[in-house]
Amino acid sequence: MSILVIAEHDNESLKSATLNTVTAALAIGADVSVLVAGSQCQSVAEAVAKISGVTTVLVADNAAYEHQLAENMLPLIVELAAGKTHLLAPATTSGKNIMPGVAALLDVAQISEIIRVESVDVFERPIYAGNAIAKVQSLDAVKVLTVRTTAFDEAAQEGSASIEVVASVCDAGKSRFVSEQVAESERPELTSAKIIISGGRGMGNGENFKILEAVADKLGAAVGASRAAVDAGFVSNDMQVGQTGKIVAPDLYIAVGISGAIQHLAGMKDSKVIVAINKDEEAPIFSIADYGLVADLFEAVPELTELL
Amino acid sequence: MKVLVTVKRVIDYNVKVRVKSDNSGVDLSNVKMAMNPFCEIAVEEAIRLKEAGIATEVVVVSLGVKACQEQLRTALALGADRAILVETEQELESLNVAKLLAKIIEEEQPGMVILGKQAIDTDNNQTGQMLAALTGMAQGTFASKIEVQGDKALVTREVDGGLQTIELSMPIIATTDLRLNEPRYASLPNIMKAKRKPLVVKTPEELGVSIKEHTKLIAVTPPPERKGGIKVANVAELVEKLKNEAKVI
Ligand SMILES: Cc1cc2nc3c(=O)[nH]c(=O)nc-3n(C[C@@H](O)[C@H](O)[C@H](O)COP(=O)(O)OP(=O)(O)OC[C@H]3O[C@@H](n4cnc5c(N)ncnc54)[C@H](O)[C@@H]3O)c2cc1C
Ligand SMILES: Cc1cc2nc3c(=O)[nH]c(=O)nc-3n(C[C@H](O)[C@H](O)[C@H](O)COP(=O)(O)OP(=O)(O)OC[C@H]3O[C@@H](n4cnc5c(N)ncnc54)[C@H](O)[C@@H]3O)c2cc1C
Repeated sequence: MSILVIAEHDNESLKSATLNTVTAALAIGADVSVLVAGSQCQSVAEAVAKISGVTTVLVADNAAYEHQLAENMLPLIVELAAGKTHLLAPATTSGKNIMPGVAALLDVAQISEIIRVESVDVFERPIYAGNAIAKVQSLDAVKVLTVRTTAFDEAAQEGSASIEVVASVCDAGKSRFVSEQVAESERPELTSAKIIISGGRGMGNGENFKILEAVADKLGAAVGASRAAVDAGFVSNDMQVGQTGKIVAPDLYIAVGISGAIQHLAGMKDSKVIVAINKDEEAPIFSIADYGLVADLFEAVPELTELL
Repeated sequence: MKVLVTVKRVIDYNVKVRVKSDNSGVDLSNVKMAMNPFCEIAVEEAIRLKEAGIATEVVVVSLGVKACQEQLRTALALGADRAILVETEQELESLNVAKLLAKIIEEEQPGMVILGKQAIDTDNNQTGQMLAALTGMAQGTFASKIEVQGDKALVTREVDGGLQTIELSMPIIATTDLRLNEPRYASLPNIMKAKRKPLVVKTPEELGVSIKEHTKLIAVTPPPERKGGIKVANVAELVEKLKNEAKVI
């Protein structure tokens, strides 16, 4: 087995999704190297070198990789894939953007969002919004996988891998980064937060999310949302939890004014403890909540903040 | 500019799927099928490009069993000009779909191809990216805005951190996210008119693509069942339970 993991980072710091992906890689085999492709990303390479179980860090440091545009990343990864048996990336928007193209150029399938490694070529993945789990066997020589990070623990960071420089530069010249609108927040990231409080259409407007933020501040929680709340413009798209948004599995998930559509449940039903606050006692969210509170959120949530 | 749009026939998003008792798959007999919601958004975007005078023709493509014609007719009723069905009884993995679509692109030479970002049955989220790699076209995935400016396109993408805007050289492949637009409904007169719009049927053999099996489905099982818990009477009880019973705060 010879495994390559594609690191996720912003050129300054490593995203924790990479740690979960390394754990999945180590469940497949022991020879794990990690590619850090970016621009002036030395600090990321150093962080990756500390991940336990990683043998080699490959660093491709060039302006062409600053934003990890698919057109430039594909030739690089395909070149580094020579001799590899498995290529893994986290199932983030970045991993999902890049890995299918890598697979296509290698003429192999990509297996999306694995949640379990059964053997070197058998993996489990959710389908139909998590309402079924498919066990699939790869028949290809190279297995290209994306990893659902919530299904694997973070790897420890007590290692000391060697760092190697990758010289090749691929600039396809077909795409250019223009701008970015990144939601700045002091709160933890949704996908790695221990506690999440999410609001749905029941919040009424964006201003009302302030009452959720007050709870979040007390608990050190992240704030999420349903699709309905994002579509209505209450909050930004990066907060959407669900089948087609972010997949989360915190220790505690508090759903406020969310009905519990299957597409929303798909993104949070693996949370350890689920709390639902909804004024409709028939809301489907109650069927999966450990603790349900039938109440008007505008009364219950401020009271919650007070009692915490 | 010609715009090519893919539409996949999938289980309706409101249907709760059931895993077959022999674990061979999910039960699709007698369930309502529909156009994948992300493909509806793709069709809508193409029609808006035509209404804005940017697209001259909208061609919709589906790959799969004969019944996919229903979804193609829906797309024609929404405003697409003509349809292509690549008919096969075989299960098509994303890579095979991408290879077949690459052949269609070779024939049709579109300026833009719009796909859904993911099909809600397999949740693969792959086909558009594979197609871009195979054709060498630039890709704008998870698009919430597409602006054509001459031989370039500005695509705003929904990424984990927020929104990212990239500039791509045409022709491009775009995949749709939820906020790109709100699809319209087809009117009755348009549904009638759609019956007369051209729909051609091709086969993978005619396109010169042999369907290769890359993965084998071993079993499909239901996910672990999550049991509902209890109702608490008030906020004080909730806080008490979270502290002392669940011990999560
Ligand atoms: C229970 C189950 C069993 C399966 N068994 C097998 C099997 O035995 N063998 C096998 O080869 N595969 C099997 N599959 C996979 C096959 O059914 C899927 O179609 C395949 O994974 C393709 O996924 P996708 O391309 O739709 O995904 P995505 O990449 O998520 O699709 C993205 C977009 O691509 C476009 N698109 C994709 N496919 C089509 C299409 N056919 N027509 C038009 N547009 C399309 C659409 O715009 C769609 O929104 C199985 C899947 C399931 C759920
Ligand atoms: C292709 C596709 C993909 C999708 N992807 C996602 C996804 O990723 N994530 C997602 O979340 N959804 C997704 N959806 C949408 C999903 O089907 C639902 O429409 C959505 O989750 C509903 O959001 P909601 O629960 O906030 O709104 P609603 O269903 O309208 O529920 C609002 C709830 O708030 C309660 N409420 C109202 N006022 C109060 C109050 N004062 N106090 C207490 N409770 C109150 C109501 O009782 C109700 O239960 C997707 C849909 C499709 C078709």
